[in-house]
Amino acid sequence: MYEFSYHRPASVAEAAALITRAVDGKFVAGGQTLLPTMKHRLASPSDMIDLGGIAELEGIVVNGNIVTIGAMTAHADVAASTEVREAIPALAALAGNIGDPAVRNRGTLGGSIANNDPAADYPAAVIALGATVRTNQREIAGEDFFTGMFETALEEDELIVAVDFPRPEAAAYMKFENPASRYAIVGVFVARTAPGPRVAVTGATACAHRAHRLEEALQGACNAAALDDFRAPVERMNADIHASAEYRAHLVKVMAQRAVAACV
Amino acid sequence: MQDTGIGARVRRKEDQRFLLGKGRYTDDINVAGQTWACFVRSPHAHAVIEGIDTAAAAAAPGVVAVFPGDDLAADGIGPLICGVTGPSDHGEPHRAPAHPALAQGKVNYVGDHVAVVIAETLAQARDAAELVEVDYRPLAAVTSTAAAASEGQPQIHDVAPGNVCFNWPFGDKAAVDEAFAGAHKVSSIELTNNRMVTNPMEPRAALGEYNAGTEEITLHMTTQNPHVHRLVLAAFNQLAPEHKLRVVGPDVGGGFGAKIFVYAEELVVGWACRKVNRPVKWTADRTEAFLADAHGRDHVTKAEMALDEHGKFLALRVHTTANLGAYLSTFATMVPSYLYAFLLAGQYSTPLIHSEVKAVFTNTAPVDASRGAGRPEATYLLERLVDICAADMGLDPTEIRRRNFIPQDAFPYQTPVVQCYDSGDYETALDQAIELADYPGFASRAAAAKERGKLRGIGFSSYVEACGIAPSAAVGQLGGGVGLWESAQVRFNPTGNVQVFTGTHSHGQGHETTFAQLVCDQLGVPFENIEVIHGDTAKTQFGMGTYGSRSLAVGGVAIAKACDKLIAKGKKIAAHAMEAAEGDIEFADGNYTVAGTDKAMSIAEVAFNAYVPHNYPEGVEPGFDENAFFDPMNFSFPAGTHVCEVEVDPDTGEVEIVAYTAVDDFGKLVNPMIVEGQVHGGIVHGIGQALLEGCQYGEDGQLLTASFMDYAMPRADNAPDFKIGYAPTDPPDNPLGVKGCGEAGAIGAPPAVINAIANAIGVRHLEMPATPETVWRACQAAR
Amino acid sequence: MLTINLAVNGQPVSGEVEARTLLVDFLREQLRLTGTHVGCDTSQCGACVVMIDGKSVKACTMLAAMADGAEVTTIEGLANGAELHPMQQAFMDHHGLQCGFCTPGMVMSGLDMVNRHGNDLDDATVRRELNGNICRCTGYQNIVKAIRTGAKAMEE
Repeated sequence: MYEFSYHRPASVAEAAALITRAVDGKFVAGGQTLLPTMKHRLASPSDMIDLGGIAELEGIVVNGNIVTIGAMTAHADVAASTEVREAIPALAALAGNIGDPAVRNRGTLGGSIANNDPAADYPAAVIALGATVRTNQREIAGEDFFTGMFETALEEDELIVAVDFPRPEAAAYMKFENPASRYAIVGVFVARTAPGPRVAVTGATACAHRAHRLEEALQGACNAAALDDFRAPVERMNADIHASAEYRAHLVKVMAQRAVAACV
Repeated sequence: MQDTGIGARVRRKEDQRFLLGKGRYTDDINVAGQTWACFVRSPHAHAVIEGIDTAAAAAAPGVVAVFPGDDLAADGIGPLICGVTGPSDHGEPHRAPAHPALAQGKVNYVGDHVAVVIAETLAQARDAAELVEVDYRPLAAVTSTAAAASEGQPQIHDVAPGNVCFNWPFGDKAAVDEAFAGAHKVSSIELTNNRMVTNPMEPRAALGEYNAGTEEITLHMTTQNPHVHRLVLAAFNQLAPEHKLRVVGPDVGGGFGAKIFVYAEELVVGWACRKVNRPVKWTADRTEAFLADAHGRDHVTKAEMALDEHGKFLALRVHTTANLGAYLSTFATMVPSYLYAFLLAGQYSTPLIHSEVKAVFTNTAPVDASRGAGRPEATYLLERLVDICAADMGLDPTEIRRRNFIPQDAFPYQTPVVQCYDSGDYETALDQAIELADYPGFASRAAAAKERGKLRGIGFSSYVEACGIAPSAAVGQLGGGVGLWESAQVRFNPTGNVQVFTGTHSHGQGHETTFAQLVCDQLGVPFENIEVIHGDTAKTQFGMGTYGSRSLAVGGVAIAKACDKLIAKGKKIAAHAMEAAEGDIEFADGNYTVAGTDKAMSIAEVAFNAYVPHNYPEGVEPGFDENAFFDPMNFSFPAGTHVCEVEVDPDTGEVEIVAYTAVDDFGKLVNPMIVEGQVHGGIVHGIGQALLEGCQYGEDGQLLTASFMDYAMPRADNAPDFKIGYAPTDPPDNPLGVKGCGEAGAIGAPPAVINAIANAIGVRHLEMPATPETVWRACQAAR
Repeated sequence: MLTINLAVNGQPVSGEVEARTLLVDFLREQLRLTGTHVGCDTSQCGACVVMIDGKSVKACTMLAAMADGAEVTTIEGLANGAELHPMQQAFMDHHGLQCGFCTPGMVMSGLDMVNRHGNDLDDATVRRELNGNICRCTGYQNIVKAIRTGAKAMEE
């Protein structure tokens, strides 16, 4: 790891000021992805601005049909939250299946979606549930937040404060894990909402995305059989040593069918 | 006898320190004035080094020294050696290219060692290593095992035309060809044995200290065989004279073969500590372990079996290409030859076997022994082929095995491939495995699985292996550079407690417990009064170390022999003290008694007399301390049948191992708890090979699986609880009646798993690792 | 250099660290608490798991600076002298360790499971929850047994 300057601000305002001043500053939330990357010397920020000391970024609040999760809330806390388990059990289950227990104790919602790993779980939930990402500057619709592999709509000095998740009628997330990293080779999040089913896919392509074609296929009858003839576009799929594009495309269908079946 | 003797499930002596966090592994040791080494490694698989500029690195903060290969060569250090001169290539020596510890003008794999930076802190050493400017002229690389020797491939070493190390035919080809010509049926298979990264959890590490006053180098390092390391470093690498070099392997966090070998890093650390006259420490990170630890396996094989009309095996023909990587590692040539081809009889009475092994160089990390070493390759090939034979003959897999087993009354059994199995009872193990695994109930379990949309399959694997290496004379005939006896010293202290010095070393096997049980049993000394000492060339006599499941089968016997000597000497001392004839003295349960009397004295009292010889027999030396060496008469031949039951999800290709049964013959068990642990670990290692682990290089020679993110290690949820049984036989060639057990699981498991998956989805073959995609594709093909 | 103040195994500790110093390196190199190990560089193997404010954390994936003000418990902090913690004792009783290298992390992960799931752990839960801890020696069966037994013993 290269040396850097370390800061631990106590407020969002202070954090924003620090990043503005830094030559090449980087916010660090739980650090579960950033630190390994830096250990391999693949990232070399001049300044690390640790968000761990900002109390206002942490916590879970349910207000009517909106579940608000602070950006610095750890996966383990989301998984264990009675509020989340009651309101959106699929989201709690997703959080409880990210990485491993120790990673879940440090990794955060904000860190996960800001990093936007193509195989991350949370982005699928943010998109499918139609969540809103609230930053220190604005609100961004979940669907518009993820713009490309490891890229988001966030500006350099913009900081995620919380994510508002509307409560769906039902939701389910199914992922097929990479046997080595346990990241998603393919993950599909399905939410039943009043206007209709919403589906997001992660792991399969450059970054998590809303799966409009899956949604269309589910418009009539929201059940697994409705996807029997569905074919995911092979040409858009990621391919690596763990899964070819063809296999990923197949898994999109299988995971989608299983998520739909579980979405009751 | 005692509940801490042979056969007792004694809790391990070593556990207390490990559980308290008081283990002492190499990286745990820090000394005053210590510096850190960081190696500059090649980013290219194959390149000429046009120049190295160390100026910027040398000027970086905290840097003590920067050494490229020329500095090492100038001091006459190295090169690294392969300690085996066999096998030959049609009578000619195999090709052994030079293997400099730090590159000399050329690099041959990604991770190859180019220079070393020594700095005050590890961070500074790493920072400075990036400043070493190496001017590479990249060359085309070859990584494919199958293609390495083909025409038009890049040439790696001038001394090895066509990248061939050796072409080694073995067996009576004409007789085998004749048997095939007259066969009722010929079954065949083509398969690869996937490349594995051994991955003990503790990465390799070394700490070198030089004492200018005594001119002695002390090298703490992750080693399975400290004396062998010292011998090679002294005699072949010119690090220091043997008596001025101390190698210490403190607690070692797993080895599985990877810590047998003499690598560049440990040698360079030993040399650099004298060069800079400061202690130098190096600890691999996991990425370095992936890049530069010796890898395992990596074969491509075609095999055919000739059968008669009853399904009896008439002859076996095997063509294998084995990847040795970029250079010959310490025991590289032995693995795909003697440890492989000599096991091709398996448990079967196949009368004729011919094999041809072509060993090739590629631009990949060196390949050497890894848990099982050669025997997993032989067993996988054979046990897969036997299942193919069963399918071709319309026989049940257990039936074809039964028809071809070496019968129990045929032991000792001379195979057509050198090995003479001393004992075995293969049918009993199979019968027991069938019962434990409830094979008769399989059909109904499969039907129930089908209801749930799952394909259930069952697979058998009946393996035999040769371990407990090895008779020195045999090793010598095969071109091994060392003897493979083992040594022991058993020392009573005057107060009656016992120190056992063994030439083996432990990296998780629990020798401190097992050997203490042996001694407790034999000498009748309380278990807690026995301490086992190993792993330090300054403390123990020369020994050969731990690998090839040899520690108990060879080292344990040496300990027993030393105990015998103590008992015999004690008889003289006891006879004198109790004023009886030596012939009337009996020894049992730690006490010498005079036959027919109630006179007795404990062995501890005898020991005291021996150290305080005031009233002592004439002509007997004082002291109560004996050593012994044991050179085995034969290998040890553990065997058994493993049964794996899987459920395959045809929609995703995911495989769940739902049941696993192992029935093994390990002879007599000293500590069944420890043996079970070895079996569990071996099986999961084998499951890892079968389902998860596959080391992959890209065509450009970049390692694609360089971390646990991409190289799938087995985790707790990859396996169920195992059903373990034993079908022991008494090996006449082993004085303790024991066999090795540390590698059996890794040998038996891969074919059991793959046979089960092939059975589940109804295909002849699928390759390891049977990843979800591989299995899914096989399911698609089977539809 | 940064100054950090924290409690390690109940003892107040302060240290001077570079910003890039990992918690595990601070524990091992400065405090000489070498029971916590490093087995990988991608946060997968779990040999470095310690407890921070009662929760399991991979000490190789946390800066020492981030632990400022925290309460850290390492494998050295569990026993009472030579008297093993029930979880440690269960590992000994059930042969839940061989080379011992992954063991401290396994024990810590076991304790974290008890914290979250209570004392009555089933096989499937333990096996799934161990997905961040790699052992090459044991084949896991005895580790699972040890954690289940240790969890039970902690109730008493």
